[in-house]
Amino acid sequence: MTFTIQIENGTEVRNAEADSQRTLYPYVTGTSVVAIKYKDGILMASDMGGSYGSTLRYKNVERMKAIGKHSLLGASGEISDFQEILRYLDELTLNDNMWDDGNSLGPKEVHNYLTRVMYNRRNKFNPLWNTLVLGGVKNGEKYLGMVSMIGVSFEDNHVATGFGNHLARPILRDEWREDLSFEEGVKLLEKCMRVLLYRDRSAINKLQIAKMTEEGVTVSEPYSLKTFWEFKAFTNPTVGAEGSWLYDN
Amino acid sequence: MTKQHANWSPYDNNGGTCVAIAGSDYCVIAADTRMSTGYSILSRDYSKIHKLADKAVLSSSGFQADVKALQKVLKSRHLIYQHQHNKQMSCPAMAQLLSNTLYFKRFFPYYAFNVLGGLDEEGKGCVFTYDAVGSYERVGYGAQGSGSTLIMPFLDNQLKSPSPLLLPKQDSNTPLSEAEAVDLVKTVFASATERDIYTGDKLEIMILKADGIKTELMDLRKD
Repeated sequence: MTFTIQIENGTEVRNAEADSQRTLYPYVTGTSVVAIKYKDGILMASDMGGSYGSTLRYKNVERMKAIGKHSLLGASGEISDFQEILRYLDELTLNDNMWDDGNSLGPKEVHNYLTRVMYNRRNKFNPLWNTLVLGGVKNGEKYLGMVSMIGVSFEDNHVATGFGNHLARPILRDEWREDLSFEEGVKLLEKCMRVLLYRDRSAINKLQIAKMTEEGVTVSEPYSLKTFWEFKAFTNPTVGAEGSWLYDN
Repeated sequence: MTKQHANWSPYDNNGGTCVAIAGSDYCVIAADTRMSTGYSILSRDYSKIHKLADKAVLSSSGFQADVKALQKVLKSRHLIYQHQHNKQMSCPAMAQLLSNTLYFKRFFPYYAFNVLGGLDEEGKGCVFTYDAVGSYERVGYGAQGSGSTLIMPFLDNQLKSPSPLLLPKQDSNTPLSEAEAVDLVKTVFASATERDIYTGDKLEIMILKADGIKTELMDLRKD
């Protein structure tokens, strides 16, 4: 509830309590989520890190969850807001199940619902500080979409949030194909996640890959990627750089 | 304590350009299919054109979340209209509705730059051009969005219509044939794509005539 109080010189000030309820900045955040459509459905990857500013505070955060029978939701941004969204979706699926009419929410419906929720919170100037990835398969139709914290949404064959948009998307634009097999899809996602590991400071080397097909959702056990840190460009980054006096000849 | 200021903006510009040209018995509505944010491309295949009624097609660029919300509002209002009047809304009627809807949010605007195209009650092409808060005007042709400053002067040169201040009122529709208008649209978009970073990927063209709507897709530069 908000209400105004008059101060002496006549300017109105909103009740401080009400303002303190609004999200100003995120606290515990998750980094990129990358997802692709493949032959049998959707593949989604995210690491298990929850950063508290520049501290890698939590290392066992599951940022991908199954929604109903047909959808998979991945989130980057504020973890507590993601948990709130899961509560909204729980309520939605529960109410839907209570109708008991054999109908179940498909990924398109969940994506639309989430878009409306995010947009509505943005309108009230109290956003859910997340970028969401929604993928799913229903009746053989594959669906993959994304929603940002201010309600911008779209669907595509491959999506990525945060740093993934800058680092992973170009790889996907180059190497994604319509008929990727499961193994090829995982390899492609791992390639993207590896680049993110090298270049995103909030990424950790503990990731999960989730698979969504007509049969259902499987989220893999956490595992880590093999990395190589002995690249010459890493060990001696200033060699040949602009203005540097070090040369490799 | 001093009033806290938000460090996020409720608005974003997702780019893109929309154009419409009104002919004697047709209307061409075109838009690119690129959706961007900042210097990134979010999607190369996002349609900015939406059919609101049989004879009214809306094309909008700007903040995509607001555009989507605006379309939903207009779509639902059109459904109510159909229930109450047992007929589809005419293009001029939809034009007024769009203006009112935009002004309704005068103090927290829909960041949407619209071009409404269709056929009027006499079957002639009509194009309405808008600003973000609902000020509108019927014109013979219009361009909105990131590439509009590149396209509009060229359309003025090629399609200059007589002044709406003249008496008797003269038709602002172009005498060009449908094929010539479509060709002109393809040309302006190819040019705008060269210099506007937010315009490109693909061009979607919708041609509205009395017997139905035809859609055409053309490739644009992807850089």
